[in-house]
Amino acid sequence: MTLEKPRRGFVREVLGRSDYAIISELIEPDTKVLDLGCGDGDLLAWLAGNKNVEGRGIEISSARVQRAIVRGVSVYQGDIDQGLAGYPDQAFDYVILSQTLQETRQPLKVLSDILRVGRRAIVAFPNFGHWRVRLAHLASGRSPRTALFPHEWYASPNIHFLTVLDFEELARRENWTIERRIFLAGHRELTALPNLLAEVAVFLIRK
Amino acid sequence: MIVQTKSVRFDSISLDGGSTVAPVDVAYQAYGVLNAARSNAILVSHAFSGDAHAAGISPETGKPGWWDNMIGPGKAFDTNKYFVLCSNVLGGCRGTTGPSSVNPATGKPYAMSFPIITIGDMVRLQKMLVEHLGIQRLLTVTGGSMGGMQALEWAVAHPEMAASAMPIATTARHSAQQIAFDEVGRQAVMADPDWAGGDYYGKSPPARGLSVARMVGHITYMSDDSMREKFGRRLRNRDEFGSDFEAEFEVESYLRYRGSQFVYRFDANSYLYITKAMDYFDLANGCASLAQALEGATARFLVISFTSDWLYPSYQSLEIVNALRSRNKDVAYCELNSNYGHDAFLVDVGEQTEMVRGFLARVAREEGIL
Repeated sequence: MTLEKPRRGFVREVLGRSDYAIISELIEPDTKVLDLGCGDGDLLAWLAGNKNVEGRGIEISSARVQRAIVRGVSVYQGDIDQGLAGYPDQAFDYVILSQTLQETRQPLKVLSDILRVGRRAIVAFPNFGHWRVRLAHLASGRSPRTALFPHEWYASPNIHFLTVLDFEELARRENWTIERRIFLAGHRELTALPNLLAEVAVFLIRK
Repeated sequence: MIVQTKSVRFDSISLDGGSTVAPVDVAYQAYGVLNAARSNAILVSHAFSGDAHAAGISPETGKPGWWDNMIGPGKAFDTNKYFVLCSNVLGGCRGTTGPSSVNPATGKPYAMSFPIITIGDMVRLQKMLVEHLGIQRLLTVTGGSMGGMQALEWAVAHPEMAASAMPIATTARHSAQQIAFDEVGRQAVMADPDWAGGDYYGKSPPARGLSVARMVGHITYMSDDSMREKFGRRLRNRDEFGSDFEAEFEVESYLRYRGSQFVYRFDANSYLYITKAMDYFDLANGCASLAQALEGATARFLVISFTSDWLYPSYQSLEIVNALRSRNKDVAYCELNSNYGHDAFLVDVGEQTEMVRGFLARVAREEGIL
């Protein structure tokens, strides 16, 4: 089954998430995919069922690993910051890092590892440059809390905050090729001012 | 469900050590129905002191099998869907040929003239049984502890016959600590004068030595938490210390009881041979690395360990998992929370059941069965 082409500007949902819809559209059928921080294995199970993808996952939470295995997804319980070291070079067609980059201890090392293990990486992250974040910070003088970043500073899993510009600059510096960039605000795909307007950015990159 | 132990006799088996045992009997039990294509078979391997009685109720003892909570209709290994097989290991004393069996050449029990056996030899005998039953490919090979070693050995030695493997609470090689505990057990047996160099058949067996060996074993199967919960410092049948070196703490009484019961169902020489087989086990033997040893494995793997298992700690499962990942093999791994120590795979099976069920369903689907 292939996804119907989304209407211009409007992004449908996969499993209730528009970034999943984008990711699932970027992934070619019959490929081998590693999902980092794969949770219950939702996306991998969907990709296996709909795109005949051979999926693997890494997840730190034992309870989530269990749920993923129960649904028949091959998940390895481990830490993304260390877990990638075990895989050989170019073991996967795609490595997905969805909404997890900002939670890793060493984002650059993780990204480099991803591009060693995978031919391509799909990186989705919440954009810390969004105007609401900027405004919340400016107006309150506190760590910004928005719908995208809802946590109190002491309870947040996010330890590295990055913007669309930050990521593009890093990609340039590291000589990564950005093959696709998709910016989302709710269910709309943006074409202008992504660093100000995008809530979530999805990049398809390769070395 | 009353189950019967069956037995098959083969002319001989060649061993890794170069010798042969002839003939060789293998005792086994089977549950569920083998489908017409003979494609729904699961091989369950028992741990060190287990036997073929994995599930159902034994007509002799009235007791359930050692994995009865995992095998049966609607259970993890669902006998409404799968045909589950379990055999007593080579070198055992529960129906399969071992040191207590009569050597046809002498008319007397082998005792210590029984050749040294390996986990590979155990698997070779299992393979003979599986093929005897007309099964070409197993849906999964699984087991905990020593059973997990056999599952790993299957995946490496006979990859074409194992669609999947589930090594649970196990290791690809015994550590110094594991060898050390085994050696204490062996020395306890051999220090008992009744052991008599292994020639105790027809006489009084080395019950005290074997019992002490079992007591040590039981300590390693539990955890500090589970022992505190189960026994604490509670006294048995008295309110004050007796100062008489009787079994006054509940934990003493428990260990003595388990030790004394073990003697009735286990042969001391089998204890020596099987613990040695575990100590010799090293999946990477003859290879540059564990990863290289697993290179040819084609099974999908589910590896499970338990947080409180200090006898087969999670790092040993991770060694297996990381070796498999380094060769890009299909492996799922989870460390389950449990306070039950090494025994968790036998007693704390709630989460284990769910994972095994889901994993098996996927393998069955991919193998085109069900």
